[in-house]
Amino acid sequence: MSDKPRKFKGGVHPNDSKALSASKAVVNAPLLDKYTVIINQHIGAPLEVVVKKGDVVKKGQLLAKATGFVSVPLHSPTSGTVTALEKCPGPACVSVPSIEITADGNDEWGSPFEPIADWQNAEPAALKQRVSDAGIVGMGGAGFPSHVKLSPTKPVDTLILNGAECEPYLTADHRLMLEQAEDVVLGAAILARILGLKTAVIGVENNKPDAIEALNKVAAKYSVKVQGLRVNYPQGAEKQLIYALTGREVPIGGLPMDVGCVVQNVASAIAVYEAVVKGHPSIERITTVTGEPLVNPGNWRFRIGTPISKALELAGGINVQPAKLLLGGPMMGMAQNSLDVTVMKNTSGILLIPVETVSQYTSEPCIRCGKCVTACPMDILPATISQAVENGRFDWAEQLNVLACIECGSCSYLCPSRRPLNQHFKRAKAEIMAARRKQQKK
Amino acid sequence: MTIILTSILFAAGLGVLLAVIIGAAAKAFAVESDPRIETVTDMLPGANCGGCGYAGCADFAKAIVEGRADPSLCPVAPPESAGRIAEYLGITTQEKEKVIAVVRCAGDCAATVRSPYNGVGDCRSAALVAGGGKGCDYGCIGFASCARACPFDAIEMRDGLAVVHPELCVGCGKCVETCPKNLIILAPAAVDVHVYCNSPEKGALKRKVCKTACIACRKCVKAADSEEQMTIKGFLVETNYSSPPLPDLVEKAACPTTALRLATKHAAGAYEGVSK
Repeated sequence: MSDKPRKFKGGVHPNDSKALSASKAVVNAPLLDKYTVIINQHIGAPLEVVVKKGDVVKKGQLLAKATGFVSVPLHSPTSGTVTALEKCPGPACVSVPSIEITADGNDEWGSPFEPIADWQNAEPAALKQRVSDAGIVGMGGAGFPSHVKLSPTKPVDTLILNGAECEPYLTADHRLMLEQAEDVVLGAAILARILGLKTAVIGVENNKPDAIEALNKVAAKYSVKVQGLRVNYPQGAEKQLIYALTGREVPIGGLPMDVGCVVQNVASAIAVYEAVVKGHPSIERITTVTGEPLVNPGNWRFRIGTPISKALELAGGINVQPAKLLLGGPMMGMAQNSLDVTVMKNTSGILLIPVETVSQYTSEPCIRCGKCVTACPMDILPATISQAVENGRFDWAEQLNVLACIECGSCSYLCPSRRPLNQHFKRAKAEIMAARRKQQKK
Repeated sequence: MTIILTSILFAAGLGVLLAVIIGAAAKAFAVESDPRIETVTDMLPGANCGGCGYAGCADFAKAIVEGRADPSLCPVAPPESAGRIAEYLGITTQEKEKVIAVVRCAGDCAATVRSPYNGVGDCRSAALVAGGGKGCDYGCIGFASCARACPFDAIEMRDGLAVVHPELCVGCGKCVETCPKNLIILAPAAVDVHVYCNSPEKGALKRKVCKTACIACRKCVKAADSEEQMTIKGFLVETNYSSPPLPDLVEKAACPTTALRLATKHAAGAYEGVSK
């Protein structure tokens, strides 16, 4: 591994707007009367609910159990009563099944897991089982079950912790690395032990020098390395991060383990640390609530199931009418149409966008300037693919490797004709995958 | 003079030679084709809609002549046309019931808008990012993907709602697969009574986002000649197409939300603004 991180191809430099919340210390959000926990917070097999209406639950008690390998259980964010098992607005603007917990105010732990204090000598398999039982997912945004990534079927020699946080506005991981540096490093060491590795590397973008310094103070003790990264969106994308740190390129359709890497988010590392050393399941996370329209943007530690409306209240409410509400960052976040959507394990940010930065536009024809091609970090041809999609030729799009697209949005961000490139690729990927499933059924 | 004569003779000789070659080639490489295929193609409507499942009318005609397809599979041609083809080929054809498409949603933009949508104007794309701008998760998104797919212009977009014109629809089913919400069904053309709602949610939730949702109040079930004519599935009532109700049910039932409609009157716009 070289000391100087490489520059991946392409990428963009949006205004990072992190100053709004970067200096605000993480505050524990006060206990609410009611939590509406969305059941399926991960990518993978849907869960099986194990509680029913009227059940009394303790904090950390199992609410729904995993039904397959690529699936993680869900635990109660507080102690109280299950008052409803209904549908609630989900993050993708469709209603999703949820469990409503009315808190009893005691916030009393049930029987959490047995802490594994001596993790240095624990069996890696037992540690991995704990990661799976605690319901830990990729907390950077994807929500992919962490234990699956920790079960590589190919030899792995590098563990990378993703602390790049390249999305503008978001500062949750920044604050976390600054305030809980030792926990992050411990989490990294535990993850390394699970994978049978001696060391891990934490990648942090150079716009967070204080976090790098804080991590460096404790990293050496656990033989973890901290590496500053160029400030360039999407530096935090898995494949770009691997390239920057190791110079290896993940093949199209491949996984990080194909090049001997495993990537975990820093927030997930903390969740691993808490699950192993403290025995706590994954029921809370740090989320940035930010945006110019907010009176008091900042970072809060929310329990899962906290409605967005409560989060916005904590941030002092709004002083001007926002144009958009996003879950996640401005580049990859999902627009919401309900304030009743609740915080999930992968909600890294709640972002209000002011009216002046959301331009209402109509998309114009492609002028073939090639900006999208130079910006694409995956080296595909956004302009050509979008034309194929517009003509309904998903077979062309497939030949042009649209499946390699990581939906970072760099192309749409730069396009002077305001073409909805990213949305076209989402469509093409969905159509191609649907066609493949159809083919498999036959 | 000799030059002209030589040229003429040479050209004529060349012509004869080439004619002989072409004639021989035509014999040697002749492709056996059934003359009946062309006749059957002429008897088909020539719309090339693909509704039969074959790549256009000529391909379908070939399949009929080869006995792989039934002439009645053509959704466009009237039943007597299938009979004529069968008579010409000396085969038997099945009687096929004519079907039409029904878009099971009556929520136009005025009824159910929840948020502005500024993305690609295509239902399948919109369904991927936020499900469009309407309040109901199960209803018509309103970006006309089905109307664009229809080869017969039978689907009209009326204030963001796809409305099928029964007299134009031939039931080819092209629209069915384009709808990301699976709203469109092919129902027997003889049945005129349909429930224009597809939301399995509870009545109160549906009414919050849509004025014309079916709330499963069972008025139509009680008013029907026999209860079997309307089937209840959860919080949604459906027409039982195997034992359908008569068109007068709509009047008798007096559906409070006007989700129960006649396809013909729905197409004519008779229900706009009548929901209570």
